[in-house]
Amino acid sequence: MNMIVSPASPATPNGTTRPQVSIVIVGHVDHGKSTLVGRLLHETGSLPDGKLDMLKAVSARRGMPFEWSFLLDALQTERDQGITIDTTQIRFRTNSRDIVLIDAPGHAEFLRNMITGASQADGAVLIIDALEGVRDQTRRHGYLLHLLGVKQVAVVVNKMDRVDFSADRFKAISDEISAHLSGLGVKPTALIPISARDGDGVADLTDRIGWYKGPTVVQALDSLEPARPLEALALRLPVQAIYKFDDRRIVAGRIESGSLQAGDEIVIMPAGKIARIKTVESWPVTQVSGRQGAGRSVGITLDRELFIERGDIVAHANSVPRETRRLRARIFWLHDKPLAKGDQLLVRCGPKESRATVVAIEKAVDPGELENRENKAIGRNHVGEIDISLSNPIATDPYTENPRTGRLVIEVSGRIAGGGLVLSVDAGQRAVPVDIVPVESALRSDERSARYQHNGAVVWFTGLPASGKSTLAKVLERRLFTNGGSPILLDGDTLRAGLNSDLGFSAADRSENIRRLAEVATHLARNGHIAIVAAVSPAREDRATARRIADTAFREIHVATPAEICEERDPKGHYRKARAGALASFTGIGNDYEAPQAAELVIDTSTRTVAEAADEIEQMLKATGVLFDEAVDLAANI
Amino acid sequence: MDHLDQLEAQSIYIFREAFARLKKIALLWSLGKDSNVMIWLARKAFFGKMPFPALHVDTGKKFPEMYRFRDYYGKEWDLDLRVEPCPPIDAVDPTLPPAARSAARKTEGLKMALGKYGFDGLIAGIRRDEEATRAKERVFSPRGLEGNWDVRDQPPEFWDHFNASPPQGAHLRIHPILHWTEADIWAYTKRENIPIIPLYLSKDGKRYRSLGDQDITNPVASTASTIDEILIELEQTKVPERSGRALDHETEDAFERLRVAGYL
Repeated sequence: MNMIVSPASPATPNGTTRPQVSIVIVGHVDHGKSTLVGRLLHETGSLPDGKLDMLKAVSARRGMPFEWSFLLDALQTERDQGITIDTTQIRFRTNSRDIVLIDAPGHAEFLRNMITGASQADGAVLIIDALEGVRDQTRRHGYLLHLLGVKQVAVVVNKMDRVDFSADRFKAISDEISAHLSGLGVKPTALIPISARDGDGVADLTDRIGWYKGPTVVQALDSLEPARPLEALALRLPVQAIYKFDDRRIVAGRIESGSLQAGDEIVIMPAGKIARIKTVESWPVTQVSGRQGAGRSVGITLDRELFIERGDIVAHANSVPRETRRLRARIFWLHDKPLAKGDQLLVRCGPKESRATVVAIEKAVDPGELENRENKAIGRNHVGEIDISLSNPIATDPYTENPRTGRLVIEVSGRIAGGGLVLSVDAGQRAVPVDIVPVESALRSDERSARYQHNGAVVWFTGLPASGKSTLAKVLERRLFTNGGSPILLDGDTLRAGLNSDLGFSAADRSENIRRLAEVATHLARNGHIAIVAAVSPAREDRATARRIADTAFREIHVATPAEICEERDPKGHYRKARAGALASFTGIGNDYEAPQAAELVIDTSTRTVAEAADEIEQMLKATGVLFDEAVDLAANI
Repeated sequence: MDHLDQLEAQSIYIFREAFARLKKIALLWSLGKDSNVMIWLARKAFFGKMPFPALHVDTGKKFPEMYRFRDYYGKEWDLDLRVEPCPPIDAVDPTLPPAARSAARKTEGLKMALGKYGFDGLIAGIRRDEEATRAKERVFSPRGLEGNWDVRDQPPEFWDHFNASPPQGAHLRIHPILHWTEADIWAYTKRENIPIIPLYLSKDGKRYRSLGDQDITNPVASTASTIDEILIELEQTKVPERSGRALDHETEDAFERLRVAGYL
């Protein structure tokens, strides 16, 4: 990073670290931004040797009185000539702080620049001309600070020399701007009368503002709180990729906040899978030891094989980000075509991307014409608040809790079209479908029934692990097929390997697992197949959901084999592992299986053979109209 | 994290984004100090293995020391090295001044290599502090179908979110060390002990600050014979890095014209 003026060193002479605070100076054009910056640099001793003399000479040559704003103009020229490239940040020091002044110039592209620059500001100085008072631009900038979540705002009333240092004038302006800002939820940290040109109130309280008892601008800056260091926040490691170049399976990404080290127990969101960090890998030295903090690009290996994908977030178990399909964001819009309700977008939250739909536009504002609020569309360079529904669940944090994970960008046709801050997250809420028109099958259900000799159905086997669900399901599948039917087995574990691989074993994930099984099964049933589902599905509520989805096609079979016998069988060794404490969230041990109260059929596999059980199932299916007795009748319909 | 750690972490992030979001990428290896640092960073990003080819678009006019360096470290670093030739000078835009025309051979060679392999992303070691048109670059910089760069219509890029969907047949330039300075490159080369071509160190009162082709690169006056001395020299000098590059000085816009046409 190139410095224009004295590069700030992070350490004081005695070796302690000075807090660093980023600020942005905003205000109406000609209210004295550059003059204040020039004066601040001078008063804090931040100008390079000779700079002041050079400026005096420039003023003399032009036959003009000396102006502090020439300082920034001179820097501007340097920038234009490409000598100093990265001048978005000017540094100076107060007694206890290193201040990084973020330069947000350029009127035409103001919003884009201000957002990119000032989105990282910890605080702001809002400048108002004492003579002109609060202007549109003043209010607009106040709004933008609110938009960006900048809460610490020092207000300076400049050019007090032009109003004879009138305390009344100062009070009137102070009251007006305070009211405006507090309406936006921003409380000024200080209200200071100054004359930037003469220096009153900047570093010293002069006699001319003898009636004012508050802090100077420098003191106000000195008391700004730096943003909480990212390392002090909860761990967030968005996964960029999984690498397997050798026998290691490395989860790679940048630590956006918090820190981690080998041995930490972690949760992978949104799936909620739990693992432990085995190693932190690096090159040329492998396995770095010690804690790795925010900002580092790292690679970790885990103590177990989990399905993890790009965009997942690694967090510590005690503070995980929220999983959601719905969120509200405050955004700025840069695309030519206005953003409207119902628009389809691509939303990126770190490396995670999801298709999304704008469910509602709560507020749309042209920051230039704040009065004209509307809620149909957000135009180019305008700002607003929107509700978005996402087609994939994502893990995120509100911006106020984590500025790194709480922001997003919006892509349209492969190009970034806007961005913003996550205001709130509706945890667990389902996406609302917008304008979805299901496509109907080309076939009528009776055409299928005639061929298969049965109606479509969802045959749902529920019961304890090892109660015999899969065995019965497979025998039923074979029988139906032999008779010319179209059975399809949907085994819970099999679907977890693919369709449901993003789900873990939390209560919410188990519910979602069942919901998806039910949706897939119902789709098959509507198309004339018999979907045979074998899933423990321990929660009564979840099975009720499945029944609701499949409606009249649903047939529930409770495989009610006694628990002792299930455990004795234990074909997959799950009971053994669970008893040894090595299998968390295992249904069967403990009392978390909620038996059905009104199943279509109850079968105890300890008291009858598989063939007998299969006969009973067939009879039930015939009795409830799924299987046909008489083939001939329907064949006539073809 | 110190300054170099921050630069390194940011570059690694960019490398991983490029590898994750594009289908077929290659790293342009010019054998100079910047691209050597870049290969080093790529190996850091991917734990020792650079999982895409290193492409050397060869004008045939590099210094012998550079070819020796390429042949040795291509093997030593286990690179998938692709050396691609450039067309002869008379195949290149005759309206360009001589040195720029000579450099434009590289643009053409690059286009040929792009066509041959169908890369959708090229990783290039340019830095903002080198030159004014490079300062305006994006990290993920889209190129048109002809490899051209539209300075006036660059997509917004902020918060480390990059645009990574080039139109069919076009490609992206990815710049993982855009945020580094010349001094950063040397400080990092020293810290990481990255090998360099000896032409960068002073011999008989001269050294190369920037290595291009033999016919268009000149050494600058310098007594810096170690990296430490180079770092001290950089703190004091007012001479631009590319002052030894003839093509930058022929006409005011020669370099911009080259870059718009697809030059690095």
